[in-house]
Amino acid sequence: MADVISYREAVAEGIAREMRRDPTVVCLGEDIGEAGGVFKTTVGLRKEFGPERVWDTPISEQAIVGAAMGAAMTGMRPVAEIMFSDFLACCWDYLANEIPKVRYMTGGQVTVPLVVRTANGGGLGFGAQHSQATENWAFTIPGLKIAAPATPADVIGMMAAAIRSDDPVVFFEHKALLATKGATPPPDHVVELGRAAVVRAGADVTLVALASMVPVALKAADVLAREGIEAEVVDLRCLVPLDMSTVLASLGRTSRLVTVEENPYQGGWGATVVSVVADEGFALLDAPVRRVAGECVPLPFADALEEEVIPTVDKVVAAVRGLAAY
Amino acid sequence: MDPAELLAAYEQMAVIRRTEKAAHDLFLQGLVKGTTHLAAGHEAIAVGASAALRPDDYVFATYRGHHHAMARGATPEECLAELMSRATGLCKAKGGSMHLTKAATGMLGSYAIVGAHLPMAAGAAWSARLRGTEQIAVAFFGDGATNIGAFHEALNLAAVWKLPVLFVCENNLYMEYTPIADVTAVPRPAADRAPAYGIPGEVVDGNDVVAVQEAVARFAGRARAGDGPALLEAETYRHFGHSRADPATYRPAEEVERWLKRDPLDLARGRLVAMGVSQAVVSEADDRATAVVQKAVEAAKAGPAPDPREALSDVWADGGAAWRT
Ligand SMILES: Cc1ncc(C[n+]2csc(CCOP(=O)(O)OP(=O)(O)O)c2C)c(N)n1
Repeated sequence: MADVISYREAVAEGIAREMRRDPTVVCLGEDIGEAGGVFKTTVGLRKEFGPERVWDTPISEQAIVGAAMGAAMTGMRPVAEIMFSDFLACCWDYLANEIPKVRYMTGGQVTVPLVVRTANGGGLGFGAQHSQATENWAFTIPGLKIAAPATPADVIGMMAAAIRSDDPVVFFEHKALLATKGATPPPDHVVELGRAAVVRAGADVTLVALASMVPVALKAADVLAREGIEAEVVDLRCLVPLDMSTVLASLGRTSRLVTVEENPYQGGWGATVVSVVADEGFALLDAPVRRVAGECVPLPFADALEEEVIPTVDKVVAAVRGLAAY
Repeated sequence: MDPAELLAAYEQMAVIRRTEKAAHDLFLQGLVKGTTHLAAGHEAIAVGASAALRPDDYVFATYRGHHHAMARGATPEECLAELMSRATGLCKAKGGSMHLTKAATGMLGSYAIVGAHLPMAAGAAWSARLRGTEQIAVAFFGDGATNIGAFHEALNLAAVWKLPVLFVCENNLYMEYTPIADVTAVPRPAADRAPAYGIPGEVVDGNDVVAVQEAVARFAGRARAGDGPALLEAETYRHFGHSRADPATYRPAEEVERWLKRDPLDLARGRLVAMGVSQAVVSEADDRATAVVQKAVEAAKAGPAPDPREALSDVWADGGAAWRT
């Protein structure tokens, strides 16, 4: 294994490590077999594990996730791919009504240890029906765990935790990060779900970000540092469980908060983060909170329009400058 | 079925019928809240199918699923306690009438989103095949479910993957209040769709427990042998309206009368007598069923209410419901 791995390769590597370890892990999805997935995130799995563990499905999002659920209820650990996160809407019943409720409404009789993986987010000019950041959709549903890694090492470590989880996990792989590279983590690297990471220390302001917004926040922090403003950047890594203790601890050091999220402002996860801060950490604040989020429109096609809608380094820098002067 | 098997099936149907009657009465007494979807009239499908299955096979049912839960090992007491919101209920009073589940006996749930469980049954069958257990899965659903996308996705997936799953439609001629014939392009909402997926489809008398048992045994054997899924359409009729709120006045009186004459318990009794089993022996089975259900009602009523703190358990595998670390 090379020292450096791409985010894209890390997806297949993370799955493969678990498939080697646990024979109940099986994969299903559209074009994931010989084709290796439309984003090439399952390359090599069919070759190593064969057609009995890596299954090509018809274009049937309900059957993919519904069958994964039935298999998970009966002793398997399926990893289902929904090609683009926008298509989660086609199997929304399973994510909103079936998978997250069955354990509860059976009084704890049934567990659903499955992973639904999906390519999330914009920035690649795929137009409105292939670009939305949809992690906030899942965030409204009690009973789903939500992982959204920002680095190749986290992809591998969080994939391990997600597959080993006895609870259902929706795993958002960000399209704009697929080509990024990072260090290959050691064997048996596991990143526990619900542990945020402070990826840059700073004393002046806390930037809370997820997935593709982590590098945006880090770049913004570099720009701000040149102006004498030190930003601490927290990569949430998961939305459920949500690591508010790391956020509150960071706020204890900085007293200023900006959330940076790609999903639309309307109903975005940043609203929950800031509401918990208002509720439990108000005394820690020396300034109002700010949310940098997607505009409340479908994602447009042209680069210039996409940039208008999605948070950028400049937008984050501007939001922080305003706060620092507060 | 030999006479002993048929008598056992009859007694099971009698227990189910009486439990449903009890559910109805308890609802009128205000002891069951929400709603119930009684399956009176459908008993032969659940009992006949169960008689053809292995104890470790999987079953997925709908909100009209009291009969399936009981045919697959849930006791009348557990079911009634669940309906009456007791801590002793099948699902600790978190499921209710529409969500009876007994995982320990392979009764993997009752689902109230029409058609949603068909892909799950396919998935359970896929899992059985991957684990090499020779179990099969059965999904029971209504005629209304045949026009849902999940029905078609599940059938196609099961067919192309040759999964050991049986799809059993309980065609009671109506969805909620609308005749299925008014909203379906083919006369047999289930069986007519089977050729589109290249799988066997068959119509069976859903009020005849022996006919159901034989058909399910045949298709189950085929599925277990690796020959893939099948679609069985069992013709039946519900004795009551869709749910507690529905007096079912939209059904022609003549139609209701004709179907009530084909009560599955009467049909089974007739078969027993024809096989030489005495009326007295059949009556004894009825008496045992009555006694079992009476006891169940009393025991269920005596069950404690759930601890309100239980509302915050069982979301996650660790038992709790916390969404934050
Ligand atoms: C997806 C969905 N749409 C609508 C409903 C409301 N609904 C509940 S039962 C029902 C009728 C179902 O009829 P059928 O499948 O024939 O089953 P039956 O009640 O006759 O057993 C409807 C429309 C629902 N529960 N789920």
